[in-house]
Formats: sequence, C-alpha cells, structure tokens
Amino acid sequence: MTVTQTGTDTGTFAGTHSGLAGRLGDSVARPDGVPKAQGSFQFAGDLTADGFLWGATLRSPHPYARIVRIDVSGAWRINGVEAVLTAADVPGKATYGLISHDQPVFASDYVRFQGEAMAAVAADHPDTCRRALAAIVVEYEVLAPLTDPERAIDGSFPPIHPDGNVVRHQRIVRGDQSIHGPVVVEGTYELGRQDQAFLGLEAALALPAPGGDGVELHVATQWLHEDRKQIAACLGMPDEKVRIVLGGVGGAFGAREDISLQVHACLLALRTGRPVKIQYDREESFHGHVHRHPCTIWMRHHAGTDGTIRRIEARFVMDGGAYASTSSAVLINAVTHTQGPYRCDHATVDGWAVRTNNLPSGAMRGFGVVQAAFAHEGQMDKLAAAVGLDPVEVRLRNAMRTGDHLITGQEIVNVAPVARLIQETAALALPTEPVGGHDHDPMRLPGGAGRTADERHIVRGIGWGVGIKNLMYSEAFDDYSTARVRVADGVATVKFATVEVGQGFVTIVGQIARTVLGVEEVVIDSIDTEIGSAGSTSASRQTWMSGGAVEGACRLVRERLFEHVAELHDLEAVQLEIDGTDVVDTLGSLRMSVAAATAGIVIDETFEHHHPATEELDELGQGNCHTAFAFVAHRAVVDVDPELGLVKVVQIATAQDVGRALNPLSVVGQIEGGIAQGVGLAVMEELLQVDGIVKNATFTDYLVPTFLDMPDVVISLVEEPDPHAPMGAKGVGEPPTVSSTPAVVAAIRDAIGKDLHRVPVRPSDICS
Amino acid sequence: MSEFYVLHVNGAAREVRDAAAGESLLFVLRERLGLMGSKGACEQGECGSCSVLLDDQLVCGCLVLAAGAVGQRIVTIEGVAPLGAPSDVQQAFVDAGAVQCGFCTPGLIMATHSLLERSPAPSEMEIREELSGNVCRCTGYGRIIDAVQRVAVARRGAQ
Amino acid sequence: MSVIVATSLAEAFAALSAHPEATLVAGGTDVMVEVNAGHRHVADVVMVNRVGELCTWRHDGAMLHLGAGVTWSQIEAAPIAEWVPVLAQAARTVGSPQIRHVGTIGGNLGTCSPAGDGLPGLAALDAVVHLASPAGERSLPFAEFMVGPKRTARVAGELIIGVTVPVLRGWQGYSKVGVRNAMVIATASVALVTDLDGRTVRLALGSVGPTILRCTEAEAFAAANVDFANGAASAAVVSEFAALARAAARPIDDHRSTAEYRRHAVGVLAGRLLRRAFPNE
Repeated sequence: MTVTQTGTDTGTFAGTHSGLAGRLGDSVARPDGVPKAQGSFQFAGDLTADGFLWGATLRSPHPYARIVRIDVSGAWRINGVEAVLTAADVPGKATYGLISHDQPVFASDYVRFQGEAMAAVAADHPDTCRRALAAIVVEYEVLAPLTDPERAIDGSFPPIHPDGNVVRHQRIVRGDQSIHGPVVVEGTYELGRQDQAFLGLEAALALPAPGGDGVELHVATQWLHEDRKQIAACLGMPDEKVRIVLGGVGGAFGAREDISLQVHACLLALRTGRPVKIQYDREESFHGHVHRHPCTIWMRHHAGTDGTIRRIEARFVMDGGAYASTSSAVLINAVTHTQGPYRCDHATVDGWAVRTNNLPSGAMRGFGVVQAAFAHEGQMDKLAAAVGLDPVEVRLRNAMRTGDHLITGQEIVNVAPVARLIQETAALALPTEPVGGHDHDPMRLPGGAGRTADERHIVRGIGWGVGIKNLMYSEAFDDYSTARVRVADGVATVKFATVEVGQGFVTIVGQIARTVLGVEEVVIDSIDTEIGSAGSTSASRQTWMSGGAVEGACRLVRERLFEHVAELHDLEAVQLEIDGTDVVDTLGSLRMSVAAATAGIVIDETFEHHHPATEELDELGQGNCHTAFAFVAHRAVVDVDPELGLVKVVQIATAQDVGRALNPLSVVGQIEGGIAQGVGLAVMEELLQVDGIVKNATFTDYLVPTFLDMPDVVISLVEEPDPHAPMGAKGVGEPPTVSSTPAVVAAIRDAIGKDLHRVPVRPSDICS
Repeated sequence: MSEFYVLHVNGAAREVRDAAAGESLLFVLRERLGLMGSKGACEQGECGSCSVLLDDQLVCGCLVLAAGAVGQRIVTIEGVAPLGAPSDVQQAFVDAGAVQCGFCTPGLIMATHSLLERSPAPSEMEIREELSGNVCRCTGYGRIIDAVQRVAVARRGAQ
Repeated sequence: MSVIVATSLAEAFAALSAHPEATLVAGGTDVMVEVNAGHRHVADVVMVNRVGELCTWRHDGAMLHLGAGVTWSQIEAAPIAEWVPVLAQAARTVGSPQIRHVGTIGGNLGTCSPAGDGLPGLAALDAVVHLASPAGERSLPFAEFMVGPKRTARVAGELIIGVTVPVLRGWQGYSKVGVRNAMVIATASVALVTDLDGRTVRLALGSVGPTILRCTEAEAFAAANVDFANGAASAAVVSEFAALARAAARPIDDHRSTAEYRRHAVGVLAGRLLRRAFPNE
C-alpha cells in the first residue's frame, strides 16, 4: 500500500518516552561505524567480481577542439584489451545531463573542456588500460577556448554548443525601483572554483545480465533513480533493465549528483559480457566531476542611515563550464538568496549562468547560496562601516523573521530565528588563548610547520557571517522520497533508495523506527532501485524528505499494529500508544511488548513523502519557488601574518537553526565538516584553470584543510522545531558551508584593515 | 625478481605472483591480496588513507614499492585488531562520531594507534601535527581529536 | 624487469652494474608519485633503503656525516636535531609524518627539486655530497651537485651515499611559506645558518630559482654588520639583509604562486630569520 501525503506534518511523537536507547534526540553511534573503522565496509572502489575487467576513459587534452579523426585500432592491438568504445558505440541517447541532456557520453564532433570523455577501454589490468588509451590516436583541430563568461553573455563568442552559450538568464525585479540611498555601499565579489574533493574517488562495478539483457551497476552516487533514468536512456534500455545498487560512498558534497563513469562502465560490461570496474584516480576525478561555480557578483545596497536595508541591486555571473549540469538551478538559488537572512522588499537582480570551455560546474554543498552569501555578507560589513554600526548590530537590525519575504515575494513560513542565532553566537566564548597560545607553540601561528612568523608579527581579527539556505528542491520539482517498513516478530526492516554518503541517514532511520514503533532491532535493507525514488542526497533534504518517508511508513505500520492489537483485545485502536518498547492501552491496563504484539505477523507499509508544491519563477523573478529555509550564524577568529599574507583560523563559533537535533552528535559532525569546507574556500581551495587548462589537479596542489588548518569549533544548536518539518527537524548539511566562508574573510579584513573581495584569499591579496 | 615475491602481512606470509614492477604496496594489498581496508585517495602521499605500518613505522602504502617491501613486517587495518573485536581506537572513533563517510577512517585508525604507541598522552597540538598527514573531508577533525583523547584517557585509567 | 633489495653497498653496486639504467629507490616518496601517475614506467629497480651503510650517521666533533638513507624522522629528532637545527626544522616540514618516516635526505638530493625542503639547509651549511660507484667515490660541494631544477651531477651507475655537514656554533633555522599550515610544498623557503666561530652568516633560498640560491651579497653584508658577540643586528641591517635576499631571488610565476610574491616572501623570511639569529637590536 502506498500512501501519498502532500500536506505538512507537525512532527509530534506518540512515544518519545525515555527508557530505550537509540531514539530520536539521542547521539546514537552510526550502524556502519564499526565496519568502517575496521576497513571491512565496502566502498564502491572495493567491489570486485570474478573475472572482472578494468575500465578506463580517454580524455581530451584540449579545452576546445574539433575532433577530426579518432583511430582506436592501436588500442585493439594491445594484449589484454577486451573492448574499445567511442560515441559510435552508444546504442541509446548520445547525451545525458541532470536538467538538460547536453553532455555527450563520448565526444564525437567537438570536445568542450579539458578532460572530456572521448573513448573507453576495458582490459585485464589498469596498466593495460593506460597503454591502450595511449595507443588511441585522435586528430584535433584545436580551437581558441571561450573562458570569459562575459563573452558568453555579450554574444561576442560564437556558440560552443548547439544549445548556445547562455544556460539561463534570470532577473528579479521587486518593489520600488526608484529607491536610492541615502546610504549606498557597493562591491564586486569573486569566488574561485572549489572542488568537492571527497576522498572516495569515483568508482563503479557494472555486472551484465546474461545475454546482455540488462545491467546491474554498483556505484557511489547521490541519486540512484536519476542515475538509472539517464543510464537507461543512453543504453537504449527500459529503466527496469537497469538496476542500480549503492556502492559505499566516500563522501559526495554534490560531485556525485551528475553521472560520471556510470554509462561508460555499463557499456563496457554489456560489450564484453564481463563485469567491469572503473575507478578514477585523483587527477581524473578533478576532470571527471562538476565543481562549485566560479562566480562574480556585483552588489549595491541602499540603506537608511540607521543601517536598515531599503533596496538591493545585484548582478551574478556564474561560470557553468562546458555543460549545463545543474547550472540553471544553482543560478536560481544564488539570485533568490541575494538579500541573505535580512528583510528587503525592493530589489533589482540580474543573474546569468553561462557556458564556457572551462570544467563543467554543478552541485556543491551550498549550491549557489555560498556564492550569494559571500557577497551579501561583504556588503553587510560595508554597510555597518558606512553607518557606524558594529557588524552584529547591523545584522540584528535587518534580521529576517518568520512572515518576512524573499525578494521573490515568497513568504518565509518556517521558523526563522535569525536574531537569536546572532545573539547566541555572540554569547559563545571567544578564544581564551592569546596569539601563539599559552604554550607559545609556533605550530599555532599562521604558517604552521613552516615557522614563518613569531608572535609579534601576528594580528588577530574577528568577523561575522550569517546565512539563509533553502532546503529541498525548488521550482516545481517534486523531489519526493519513498520508504517501506516491514515489522515482523519485533524486528523492523526498512527499505529505501536514500543514498548514505556519510551524513548519517542510516543512523536516524533506526532512531525513527525505534521511536515510532517501539522496536528494538532495526534492519536496513539493501539500498537500490528496487523501491521508489528517494530523490538526491543533496540540498540538505534527506532528513526532511526521506526521514519523513521513513516516519510516515512507520506510522502506517503502527496504525496497523494498533488495529491488530485492538481487535485481539477488544479495544479501540485510538486508545493505544507506544511506550518505550511496549504497546499500552492509555485507558486500561493492557501492556505488551511490541515484540510480542508482532509475533507471528507481518505488517508491511510503504509511504511516499512529498513536500508542498513549489512554483517556477516568473519573468520578474517572482514566485514561491523554494520549499523551506534554514538559518545559521558564524563568527570567525583568525590570526593573520600581514607581511606574508598567511592565515590561521583560530576559532569558529556558530549557532545553527536545526529545528530539532534528531542526533546531536551527527549534527555536530555536519556542522564541523561543513565549516571545514567553508574555511577551505576562504583561504586555500581553488582549482585553477588558465585558458581552460587545469593547473592543479592533484592533492599536492589542490589543498584542503588539514588537522593543523582547522580551528576549534564552538557550537550552539538552536532547536525550535519547525512545524512544517517532519519531526521538526531541518536539514543541517549546507548551512555550515554557507556563511563560514564570509565570516573568515571578514575576520581577515578586520585583522588587516583592508578590503578583500575574492576567495580563496591568497597570500598576495593580503600582503600586496 | 618482481614476478614472484612474498610479503609478510599481518603475521602471515603472502605470495604475490605476476605483479608488474611498479605496483605500490597499496595496489598489491588491495588488488592482489584482497585486503581492501587500506584506501587510496590520492596516490601521492597527500591524504594518508592508505596508511599502514611497515616495520612498525607509519607509512603511506601508495608510496611503498610493493616488491621492495619483501622481508618487512606489514600491518594493515585488517591486522590491527581481530575483526570481531574492534580495538579501543576503532571503538572510540565510532562512539565519538569521528566516522562519517569512513573513507579516511582506516588510515586514521592506523595513524592513531601509531601515535599512541609513541606518545600515550599527546597534547591536542601533538595530535594535530602527528595526524596532519591524514586528510578527512567530512568531519572537520573535531570528533577525531576527541576520539584520540578518549583513548588516551581510557588507557591511562586502565593502568 | 627486476626489483633488487640491496642490503649492502656491494650489493647495490652489483645491481647497478647489472642494470645501469635502474631506478634507484630509497623511501620511494618521490618515485612512486610518478609511477602511480603513469608518468614514469619502472623496469629495473634497485632499492637502497636497507643498505646498512647508508642508513647510519656519524658525528666526529666538527663534522656530521649523514648516510643517504637517513630519514627525515631521524633528522627531526635528537641528537641530529641538536647538531643541525636547520635540517631538523626543514625535516619537520617535509610532507607528512608518513613521508618523513621513509623519506630520506639522499632522496631529497636525488630528486633535487628547487622546492626540496632539505636542500636550502644543505646549501647554507656548505654540505658536501658523496657519490660512489664501483669505480670509486667522489665528493662535490652541494652547489656543484645541484645543477638545475631536478638536475644533478650524478651520472648513471652512481649512488648518492651521503652528505657531510659541519656542526657549527650559532643559531640556524629554516622557514617555508605554503598556503597550508602542514603538508605543503614550499612556495618560498629560506635557510639561515650562523657560524659564531667563523663569524659568518649564510643564507640560502628555495623555490625561487632553478637551483637553491646562496645569497653571497646578503651574507657578506650581514657578516660585516651584525654584532656576533651580543647577538645583535640593527633594524636597518635586518631591512637591508632582507632587501639583498629579495634581490638574489630569481623566481617564476606558476600555479603555486607568483614571482612577485615569492620575491617578497624570501625577503620577509630572511629578515625574520636574521632577527631570530640576532634577537637584540
């Protein structure tokens, strides 16, 4: 039985009594923790099968070129090579993509970014694959690449793709366009290309069905059903012939939302009739997945002399790279978050997402809002300075509340405790240790192990960032989630297609089932496409959407259980509730364990959880396009060496609007991890391209924060259960990444007294 | 000769046949000996996911030429504790919330065991420096430091 | 195709004689990066990390002889750290603990990258590099050993067996700039060594030229203008020293930094190191 719910859920529990560990609100350890710590958990790259072949991908060395000729005969001559495939071997749709299907499985006429896939081979050893790829001859007519997004906008560069060079243009025009001043602050902000840099590299194992009548793909991904749809189309097979099984995922952060090696692995397996495993190396990974959009944002704030925002003007230019991926949705997220978590009723925004011959851009934690936040928070500090307020006060004066509106006209109906977040963050203790610490360990200073500075060279700064982040998908997309719960003999088995990437969904599944059903043992079934979609593990949405689906299925099971018990004992089902691990009669004396109550019976229910419908934006950028919102505040303390331009982030304090912390330890982990990525973007992370050529596609030169780069994080979880959220819980994954970056940059500005308008902040930006 | 050699892994002699000359210890452990616990994320010693002990020294398995490790004692995540019984470090990582995606975890477990052998009561800065060769992209490191400190405290209490 | 694990110099030479083009591998932390990436295909390999003679050090009062197989972990710790602090400080910045456990000073010399963390210290110490082959031994000053970026005077069949550095009385230190607080390749680095007995100050720059650069003008200027007895240097002297270091740099732009920043950074570091060496005004 499938029940569809489109309303909202107040998220109260019948059975939130104490006495049973592992319920909602407890810091339960993850069920896959021990296998992961023992190394026995199987990541996608750990999978093997009897007689499997290695697959590998030939990639373009040029950012833009016409393919004159591909000669694969040399690869076939190498011993151990079992398949060599090009565009001509794709039986179904030649292209794929999340929103528009504009990216070729294999390039056949043009290559549009450095690293674009052109051919794939399968062979007996990775080294054989490597030699086979080297033996493929491609003749290119190299073309001058389009790398300046402005040339895509102004039309001065001929289309590099049949779909044109503009992926999406969206304006927002709201309120009185004549408002000007009296206080005006403006700035232009730039963000470099950040990579998700998950540790578990892209990997998949494709198993062909006998006779080539289908394929089973075990893959590290974020969205099983979307993968299946795209893969099946390219294979020319109906969806049901393609089964996707989740391989263990070593982090994702958006980079696995688009498919990468999926179609290639399936094609090779079907062609050879043997299992095929593809595993990218780090360099290939940098080329093989989408990145955070590089972005240039101009903003002008008009405000009263008291610092209240009156009108905002902005222009966003997002470099989508060679293929569309989710660029149109990222753009909408960016422009609709122009105001940040502040009241503003008058705005003029112009947003562009364009195509270039740079690496394709798409989803990364924060999804367009990271870009907007870097700009609006820079503006808030400028505004504070212009009107003589401190950064906290100007934010408090403008803080959004429930009932306020976005510049799209959408009312914020969610809990919106922005002022409280700022105040709680401000109340968190600043570091007690001076520069260099009480122990004067030089390792604490900027430069760390390099011992570049002495304490007297260092100045300390404090900065603020406050953010708003939409949760779930937007613009009329129904990103529902499905869960099935079966209870028998006191054991609940939960089935879903929700991808676990490390965030801890598998932990709260048990907590939900134990809380709602009173069961002690919860079994999580295989995560695959043998059930309806769960949507993507992205947009901070799985606790809300899939958590809501699991909870809904559990409630249906509980209703059936109560009916069963009521009938046996001649009671009314409404009299019954779960108390700990028992079913109890609230009006009488019956009390029996759930295990006993479910002995010998099976109750099996499926629930599909939909959020309320949203709308497309109209031409003026108006419409209720988002589903829900969460808020966050960050305060950063940094030590800076102004002469060398080196930075050590000392502390991040944060208060986050989590609704309800279903598993506080997991929430803390999301917050600290998200902040690490925000710190990385602020001071070190950038994938560099010059004329379309990637310069640092290794972990030697693409730097992510180490133990010595991450500050202490001080956290206040603000729990105001959201009446619209299942269980009252908001998604928590993205907000930490949204405004930690501007907080760090503001702190650096505060330390050195200089404007900085680009991330990552480079040493030369500080000291020049 | 590289076509055939014997590695001493987790107390057992393991034969390696038909290997190519340049194969790293990480590759041989995973692809030839089926020990998948050591992970590869960069293949250049910049992430620590492949950390193993080589004659009691913490090293990156990806930077060890496998055929050159004959005669050396190799301990991997599979050998650091019996599979059924997590070590105190492994359990502390789970309990402290130091595991998210878990890809860096085996390497960090090896590094933590190695650190606590050498320094039973490390300061926070010492933990940060000693583990700085192990990159984690999920946790922001806070819960990992907590896990290491929990083990250090528990071991002192047990003495 | 062979991998030979030599356990003595004699075995290493025999292996090298049989395979003169063999790849020499000590810690493997440079070679394996290239092999894993497919940039280097190894056929014959001679492992020298377990050659007993190479894995020892010898301190005979005025001089310290480090076998090529001495690791960064050993150099980072006492007693070597007390004799050559400049190398110890450099050692602490080499890669990660995992790298330092197996990476060797001989390997740093063999790769001879301008960003090699051990090299500015060796240059500043006027280290002598010892090479050997079955035909005999020869010794070269570091400045003659490193002839270009990743280019050395070593010829096929020769083995780097060690390096000799003086044990000096006086402050020494190494600073390196990278955009991360650990595990980072130097975008600019500086080694400074003082010799209170010889009344000299030696300054070497890394990552700002095709080789490690010694700053002879800055050194001469410092020797003539610092107060060795009182550990003092005026602010003007520190400033001029920094300017001379900047002038000596020959940096380039690349993806890690700009020539301009690198030149600026070595000046700042040189000045700060001189101040650490001569803390009094």
